Amino acid sequence: MEAPLLHLALVGTPNSGKTSLFNALTGSRQKVANYPGVTVERKEGFFVTPQGRQVSVVDLPGTYSLRGRSPDEEITRDFVLGKASGETMPDLVLCVADSTNLRLTIRLLLELKRTGRPLVLVLNMFDIATRRGITVDVARLAQELGVPVVTSIAVRKGGTADLLKLTDEISAQVPPQPQENTWRALSVSELRATQREADRIIADNVSLPSRPDTWTARIDSVVLHPVGGLIVLALILFVMFQAVFAWAKPLMEMLSGGFDALGAFVHATLPGGLLQSFLQNGVISGVGSVIVFLPQIIIIFLFILLLEDFGYMARAAFLMDRIMGGAGLHGRAFIPLLSSFACAIPGIMATRVIDNKRDRLTTILIAPLMTCSARIPVYTLIISAFIPDTEVWGFINLQGLVMFGLYAAGIVSALGVSFLIKFFMLRDYAPAPFMLELPDYKMPRPKSIAIGIYTRAKMFLQRAGTTIFSMMVLIWFLASFPQPPAGSTEPAIDFSLAAMIGKWLEPLLAPVGFNWQIAVALIPGMAAREVAVAALGTVYAIEGGKEAAEAIGQVLATKWSLATALSLLAWYIFAPQCASTLAVIKRETGSWTWMAATFTYMLVLAYLASLATYNIAVALGAG
Amino acid sequence: MTDDNNPRSQTPASLPLGLARRGFSGTIQHLSAGQAGSALSDIELESRLIELGFVEGARVEILHEGIVGRDPIAVRVDNITVAVRRREAMAIIVA
Repeated sequence: MEAPLLHLALVGTPNSGKTSLFNALTGSRQKVANYPGVTVERKEGFFVTPQGRQVSVVDLPGTYSLRGRSPDEEITRDFVLGKASGETMPDLVLCVADSTNLRLTIRLLLELKRTGRPLVLVLNMFDIATRRGITVDVARLAQELGVPVVTSIAVRKGGTADLLKLTDEISAQVPPQPQENTWRALSVSELRATQREADRIIADNVSLPSRPDTWTARIDSVVLHPVGGLIVLALILFVMFQAVFAWAKPLMEMLSGGFDALGAFVHATLPGGLLQSFLQNGVISGVGSVIVFLPQIIIIFLFILLLEDFGYMARAAFLMDRIMGGAGLHGRAFIPLLSSFACAIPGIMATRVIDNKRDRLTTILIAPLMTCSARIPVYTLIISAFIPDTEVWGFINLQGLVMFGLYAAGIVSALGVSFLIKFFMLRDYAPAPFMLELPDYKMPRPKSIAIGIYTRAKMFLQRAGTTIFSMMVLIWFLASFPQPPAGSTEPAIDFSLAAMIGKWLEPLLAPVGFNWQIAVALIPGMAAREVAVAALGTVYAIEGGKEAAEAIGQVLATKWSLATALSLLAWYIFAPQCASTLAVIKRETGSWTWMAATFTYMLVLAYLASLATYNIAVALGAG
Repeated sequence: MTDDNNPRSQTPASLPLGLARRGFSGTIQHLSAGQAGSALSDIELESRLIELGFVEGARVEILHEGIVGRDPIAVRVDNITVAVRRREAMAIIVA
């Protein structure tokens, strides 16, 4: 009879190398999901021990104690105690320690012992500790702590052999009598006493040469320098932006070319009609318009994971903390907001690095105001059609200046909204103090990075295949039904539900200078902002293809006033024109309310901005 | 203000870490969360500081300061480096 699945749980402080141990044990056999009801990421992996035992291992969120001061830490506590809903109580808890920094983990281990769960202390990164001259009396440490201790080098092949062997030994034993859980939240004096006990055990069993990592000190002397550090940060950002826009471009063009070719193939192969239109316009161009962002998402996550593994992310937060604090943002919000310039979706996903709920929510709410790459096609189209290509003050290109103004408007309004949220809405919530370990620098491991990117890309594609797909089907349906009567010469879309909605919306949008064609284009633009460009083309009954994309600007220039064009630009700075972003907000906040709140506030801002822009422009004679 | 009566907090050579400058190096005398004016409750702040290794007797050194108001600070606590804001560091009395 096959032995039942053995359940392991990894517990450790942040930066203990828990995740690299998890990757080393399970490779790509990982499942990433959320714990029910909360937005904490649940990472489970599987492996087989040398003796053939099937093992499931869960990588629990990093924590310094079992107090549970954040949703992540509550999960860790409840999971260990077997109280997490729908979870199996772990058969064995692996407490993972960074061997160069045992103080905090030994204290955590002493606390874990009170839960009565079978425990193993894993001294990870043992190679680095040895190199620094740290020696540990492993046998004596195990005796004194009363739990088995193994060393591991997660990043080296075979570095987990001892741990696997021990797992087999423990699973072969008769399960010990279940011990009683005597854990309760520690008072301050108990916490202090536990830390003293941990320090005493370390003093008895570990010899510290107190040789600090000179590399870390040397890098930090530049990277954390008040001025030099900001210059380094700016350089890193510059390279990152370059990468996201320039490196991703050929790949994105390849993907979109591929989808176009696939669409053309379907168009040529299938007889004209509903099925052809559904596959070409609904499925292929719709899902394709989202999947083209995959290269940007991979590059963004490549940078984020590299910087995180290297240990730089905590430094960026350190440098930006006070600078962003004025607007009520936490230092850790910096990277997610930065990612949002490529696309709000990875940006919002990256807010998981912010452990405080209030700070994370504020960041999620303002992330869509960052000018994402999907706005670029819309901005480019309108600017080139309406803004003269002239120089102002002799050296600044007016079109470039308008583009810059649109980016700046996004940033300024994001800071303003954050400030208002801080001031009015989430006032009672204690702002998180900035207390963050700055880990020693470590060489990022390609395997860890690859696994990280793979799991993100998989999640993104799964979403494109489900949420976004169904959205595109809906939009295609609205734009295609009812069908035009036989023999009609007007564009088919004129007879569709989309046109009816557009005309129905027209009175609402007339004050901001939008005609019904714009209203119709804004509907498919809900799926993804840049779809509006194609939709305007369709609505103005221009034949598809490359020429149309170039010609549409000229058509617009004759059909719209300058005031309407400016109003649409203002609209696009704010409007929540992206169903996938809203879906991600729903998933990450676990609440329809916050999704609705984001949608509403952005819509109101968009309307007011357009209203002001249109009326001012008309008053100045641009109507 | 109320801590003025606390004899431990005003020994001549001691000062809150939140007032120390870059390059300062010393030993933690005690924690006094009431002095910090942090948004956290005293108990919560003290617990978090202990969890990051700020306990009596630990060696601390200020390695780096931020650009705005010399805040936050990067502090070496025994053999790890921790970033804290000066506001919270006011709770750490060093000498």
